[in-house]
Amino acid sequence: MRTLLTTCFIIGCLLSALIGCQNEIDIRTAQYSVNGQKVYITHCQNCHGEKGEGLGNLYPPLTDTKFLEKNRQKLACIVKHGATGELEVAGKKFNNTMPASNLSAVDIAYVLTYINTKINKGKEIFPLNEVEKQLKNCQ
Amino acid sequence: MKEYKQMKSIFKLCCATGLLLGLFSCKNTSQSNLPIYGEREAVEKTVDGKQVIDTVYHTIPAFKFLNQDSVMISEKDFEGKVYIANFFFTHCPSICPTMNRNLLKIYTQYKDNDAVRFLSHSIDFKYDQPYVLKDYANKLGVSNDHWQFVSGTKADIYGIANQYLVYTAEDKNAPGGYDHQGYLVLIDKDKRIRGAYDGTNDEQVKKTNGGPTKAIERS
Repeated sequence: MRTLLTTCFIIGCLLSALIGCQNEIDIRTAQYSVNGQKVYITHCQNCHGEKGEGLGNLYPPLTDTKFLEKNRQKLACIVKHGATGELEVAGKKFNNTMPASNLSAVDIAYVLTYINTKINKGKEIFPLNEVEKQLKNCQ
Repeated sequence: MKEYKQMKSIFKLCCATGLLLGLFSCKNTSQSNLPIYGEREAVEKTVDGKQVIDTVYHTIPAFKFLNQDSVMISEKDFEGKVYIANFFFTHCPSICPTMNRNLLKIYTQYKDNDAVRFLSHSIDFKYDQPYVLKDYANKLGVSNDHWQFVSGTKADIYGIANQYLVYTAEDKNAPGGYDHQGYLVLIDKDKRIRGAYDGTNDEQVKKTNGGPTKAIERS
């Protein structure tokens, strides 16, 4: 009887710890994406649209998840320093200049998380240390 | 019994006609309430030997601008049309993308309607040459000549902006170098201003829905 109780207790502890961890990650992602929304509205929404739909062949959409995955390593630098030259997004060619935003690393992590989880249906946070690492190697 | 059925169907018919009439009368009243903007003055005129007082409204004066195909266009191209005018520039980083995204929605709705036109003026007289405007129009998704993109001298463009009651200015401190308001200005067939909607505000843009139609049927 005693061993049964102990086992139950241990299992309970493990479970609650697991759930607790899960929640902490969810809360952090939510926090990132809420802050990211503010950054998005101020710096991105004008051109890329409220739902990241872009505008004709002027400004590319942010909903091409294949493009985002393929270019994940470049995203922080594009947001920070802008982009020029031809880009192919969602099957369309774009050739406009995106101005530099000069956002801080943490704001870039926020906004990329917002794009990842709210504009697209991803679940993952875009962590600050990944952004910092990318920014050191901008070309 | 048969008589009763007949009565009933006549009653139904009357009800339906009444409802329809009601609907139409509602529609008519809503069409007549677009205001006329700008300064106005009362003038005395002689009509059929009688002195009458008439109101003269503010109208958009004659203009000549180069369009995206390097063709000179004038107010004559808008004669008998209702049109929406605005002021923007192609590399504007602030309000223009939102304003033109919204104007594009209205254009998509009205582009096949021959009574409606669109006129975008570039306030960047240095950079926005016709070929730049042509490229912009194509990329935006403008597919016919019902939406004109024009450029001109600073004096001409900024002068006409005043006539549309839209603020424009060259300003080194503004994003992109120019400061301006994002109004979509509705002009009727008599060149009078019948509406000014904030092109960056979704709620106001929704109000333009039907605006052109009302202006067409009014004038």
